[in-house]
Amino acid sequence: MSGLRIINPGARSTVQDSGRRGYRRHGLSAGGALDIHSFSWANKLLDNPANTACVEILLGGFEAEAEADIVVGVAGAATSVRVNGSPRDGWQTVQLAKGDRLAVDPTRSGRITYLAAPGGFDTATWFGSRSVVVREKIEGIEAIRKGDILSPAHATARYQPRQVPERFRGRYSDRLTLRLVPAAQYSLFQRDDLLRLTTSTYRVSNQSDRMGFRLEGPALEQVPQGIISEGIAVGSVQVPGDGNPIVLLNDCQTIGGYPKPGTLGALDAGKLAQRLPGQELEFYFANVADIQNERVVFHRFFSETRWHTDGYSLSWR
Amino acid sequence: MKITAVSEDSVLVTFADAISDTLPRRIALLCNRIEADHNEWLVDLVPSYTTLLVIYDPVEIDFRRVEAYLERSVRMPRETDPHSTSSDLPDQTTHDIPVYYSPESGPDLEWIAREKNLSVDEVVSYHTGKTYTVYAIGFAPGFGFMGEVDPAIAAPRKDTPRSRVPAGSVGIANRQTAVYPKASPGGWQLIGRSPVTLFDPTNLSLLNVGDLVRFHPVSRERFLELGGEL
Repeated sequence: MSGLRIINPGARSTVQDSGRRGYRRHGLSAGGALDIHSFSWANKLLDNPANTACVEILLGGFEAEAEADIVVGVAGAATSVRVNGSPRDGWQTVQLAKGDRLAVDPTRSGRITYLAAPGGFDTATWFGSRSVVVREKIEGIEAIRKGDILSPAHATARYQPRQVPERFRGRYSDRLTLRLVPAAQYSLFQRDDLLRLTTSTYRVSNQSDRMGFRLEGPALEQVPQGIISEGIAVGSVQVPGDGNPIVLLNDCQTIGGYPKPGTLGALDAGKLAQRLPGQELEFYFANVADIQNERVVFHRFFSETRWHTDGYSLSWR
Repeated sequence: MKITAVSEDSVLVTFADAISDTLPRRIALLCNRIEADHNEWLVDLVPSYTTLLVIYDPVEIDFRRVEAYLERSVRMPRETDPHSTSSDLPDQTTHDIPVYYSPESGPDLEWIAREKNLSVDEVVSYHTGKTYTVYAIGFAPGFGFMGEVDPAIAAPRKDTPRSRVPAGSVGIANRQTAVYPKASPGGWQLIGRSPVTLFDPTNLSLLNVGDLVRFHPVSRERFLELGGEL
């Protein structure tokens, strides 16, 4: 099989699908695409099912050569990519001919760009998933390296050109408001600290990766003591003794003993994951039913809409 | 018993406020029951000390139904439970783990002996003298938190964690003990090393929450024979 030959993986690129299912009790992280919104759109451009493996490119600097004619779906931080040096818009299908060079440049706004291929990239499956968790250092589960060849599962050389409608595209320079479901230790936090958390502006710090995002801003002052370690939901906001909140993301540990006032939903966690250091955000508490509803509608949209022949609009079945 | 939604796709079952040796078995039993139902909506189960985090697919089921399902599963009478044995709780797997205890393989062994006014042999016999319960798996794949060690050898974590703890290292942190499945940074006080594989991608974690573990001392030669590395 031939596909994309990696010339430069950039700051960090990995293959990600929706993550592992059923392995956290063995201490294995969930993994999976950090931003399910742009991940789902990259796949939708090629009519891939929801759990299809994409390349997740952090920050850019990615370059690859097509070893055969291949179409890719591009969604996320890169508002444009280059093919043999010429710019093409992001959030659409990009047709590559054999020998073409695709480059995803460092992004000015947004952190993550997804590349989808017809049927997904056919990489090794570990723990029921193609998601790569580099942190666990398991032999064979590695980030994308120079010289790797990523082959699409389907040999679809050409595809109908498609663009994600403008109103559905992510906008990552907007100020962010994130909704928290009250978590198990909500009531252990002092009221003043919960007010501080929801009335202050926090900034994304430099210490932000696939495990979690550390935030800068007013520290909470009377953090409850450590708790008995318990399972961690992805999106949990944990507050260690120094009072600075950390939002835990897909590659976080499976259990932990820091108290957690609330949890972000997957869509909000994805919006956060797209933010660069210094970007500002705020929290407020919301109802789990509302957030769950929105998430269900989100997934149904991708499974139950179809593209029109114009390649630019969709309708529900 | 408390059942709370902690996110849009997970529910936390809290069994008690304090750690006890019987809880992990009860939590493991609930895990088994949930898995035996082959629920389409189930994504993951994370048992730990006093809790079980149940992660589900919100497209398949909503949080109220998951909570109601868990309420029923927790309260299911044992006689109607096909996974129940004649005793009150299911059989437990017991692991017998060989350990080469020595200053060479456990760089904190002599320190603990000094701190606790014990001989090295006494530290070893305290550590091998008890059967431990696996409370949780975490920190790294296959890393089992076990307890409780005798207070006579309980020792706090190191102030500065080591940047590299070799695979198989057996450590103590307060009243817990564990074996590092692979080389990693770590802050536990190291008393020996085991040749046993605690995690591999095919067989996954050797230890499961609710299992029992005993350690027994082996010589340097036996340790090396069993595949241990120094």
